Amino acid sequence: MTETMLSAGELAAVRADFPLLARTLRDGKPLVYLDSGATSQKPDVVLDAEQDFYAQRNAAVHRGAHQLAEEATEAFEHAREQVASFVGADVGEVVWTTNATAGLNLVAYAMSNATAGRGGEAARRFALAPGDEIVVTEAEHHANLVPWQELAARTGAVVRWVGVDDDGRLRTDELAHVVTDRTRVLAFTHASNVTGAVTDVAPFVARARAVGALTVLDACQSVPHLPVDLHALGVDFAVFSGHKMLGPTGVGALYGRRELLEAMPPVATGGSMVEVVTMQSTTYAPPPQRFEAGTQMVAQAIGMGAAAAYLAELGMDAVAAHEAALAAELLDAVASVPHVRVLGPTDTRDRLATVSFVVDGVHAHDVGQVLDDAGVAVRVGHHCAQPLHRRFGVAATARASASVYTTSQEIAVFREALTGVRAFFGWDR
Amino acid sequence: MTSSMEQLYQQVILDHARDPHGRGLVDGPADAVAGESHQVNPTCGDEVTLRVALGTRGTVPVVEGVSWEGQGCSISQASVSVLTDLVTGQDLRQVDEVAETFRALMHTRGAGLDEEREDALGDATAFTGVAKYPARIKCALLGWAALKDAIAKTGVAVPATASAAATTTEEPA
Ligand SMILES: Cc1ncc(COP(=O)(O)O)c(C=O)c1O
Repeated sequence: MTETMLSAGELAAVRADFPLLARTLRDGKPLVYLDSGATSQKPDVVLDAEQDFYAQRNAAVHRGAHQLAEEATEAFEHAREQVASFVGADVGEVVWTTNATAGLNLVAYAMSNATAGRGGEAARRFALAPGDEIVVTEAEHHANLVPWQELAARTGAVVRWVGVDDDGRLRTDELAHVVTDRTRVLAFTHASNVTGAVTDVAPFVARARAVGALTVLDACQSVPHLPVDLHALGVDFAVFSGHKMLGPTGVGALYGRRELLEAMPPVATGGSMVEVVTMQSTTYAPPPQRFEAGTQMVAQAIGMGAAAAYLAELGMDAVAAHEAALAAELLDAVASVPHVRVLGPTDTRDRLATVSFVVDGVHAHDVGQVLDDAGVAVRVGHHCAQPLHRRFGVAATARASASVYTTSQEIAVFREALTGVRAFFGWDR
Repeated sequence: MTSSMEQLYQQVILDHARDPHGRGLVDGPADAVAGESHQVNPTCGDEVTLRVALGTRGTVPVVEGVSWEGQGCSISQASVSVLTDLVTGQDLRQVDEVAETFRALMHTRGAGLDEEREDALGDATAFTGVAKYPARIKCALLGWAALKDAIAKTGVAVPATASAAATTTEEPA
């Protein structure tokens, strides 16, 4: 334990907010949940917010003039304010999406529509021409890679990428030559869901600005774990998911700088996103409604707002400090077991408490199975980042990832279980 | 270790995983009909490329050889290794039967099949415990999927005899 961690009392209070953490597994074993990188557990305030909406306020939002509709709309828009202020954005800059993946696809398809001439003159800044470049990184989750490959295939643009060094850090030094005058989009992760490395955003934004490219930040792994101020970071777009930040599934957010959202053509069209509809043509609502076609995930949005408020109340500096200490303990745990290799930084600077590793001679699936037998839940596989795994010459890793409710004792259980893995498979006997 | 872990990773599986049979792709005899299949488990990235060489015994097509290359967990690798032993030298009707029996075993949630059907599986009965872990069934079936596809690629039809029709069971949904 270090003095920056939540105190035992504070941590016990946090854990008491998460009903699932109290459950046991097969044979009555306590749960050691080290898979928060995939999805986080949910505190009562989130569960209650959804329950309360359905029990007390359920009505269609942004339509109808009855009292329930007003209350529902107010709760929905209040959630938007909670999420916006949590990430340093203005309320009109937050678009509800179903998840981060949907947010990235929204931007990519809006650019496609702009390329097809939709959105008129104002949207020309989003149009791509053959030979234009979209730059990503080798560390991206497939969600921040495949939509750009598809956009490139539709427009004749070319995908290029910034590499990853042996420590799993982005090769910021490559920006100068990979990002060129032809680069129109620079899409990159704020924190890797595999290596845990946190990106120094400033040089990316500076380079993109120098060549007039749009920046798209995948903040899925940073928003739940670090203080994030999108205005201060200066990115053009950012995405994150509710379910990774203690909120519900089925909801996420796309942040876009106001001026950009105003110029961007819609993707999904239909009800709730229009101004005037005639049989011939339609004019569209201003953002964020322009990008929220159809009935929205109101209860989940309210749950995501409650999650943001919960984290804000804990204080993201305290959350980050607690998790920094956990990162050190996780790294220490894997380093203490022979024949375990980490994919990613082995120092604690600018990294999350997310540690992916391979055990020599034992496949990640088998590692995960032995840990599961001890009640320890980790993720195994490529974590939706095949190129990054290929970069390190492995097909799959096991990943332990912590959250604000993770304890040192849990990491000790993980360490103990990991110690037995090779012996179980007949090594080191 | 709990008993379900020991049932999952029976010694037979661990042995096959560490010292797999049939690993390393080889060309079959010149007069054999060859088929090859590459299968991937997209959730974990496990892969197998399996090659089958078919000859004939009388008029009946038989598996003369199986070779493969792959990477994956001990369950998937051991399963291809066991499969190699089981089907080599068998005629296609027998192969079909044993494959169906193995698939049936994977749907027993760990309870196993009746003794007679299990006897036909030899070492492959060691995979009974895998059926308790839904996430691992795909691992055990990866090689079998490759075998089925590789045989299909040879273009040689499985003889539809009366006995094959009688003993082949549908895979439960
Ligand atoms: C870095 C990163 N980006 C994007 C995603 C996609 O998030 P979602 O599946 O919620 O859309 C994830 C989640 O797995 C992630 O970790």
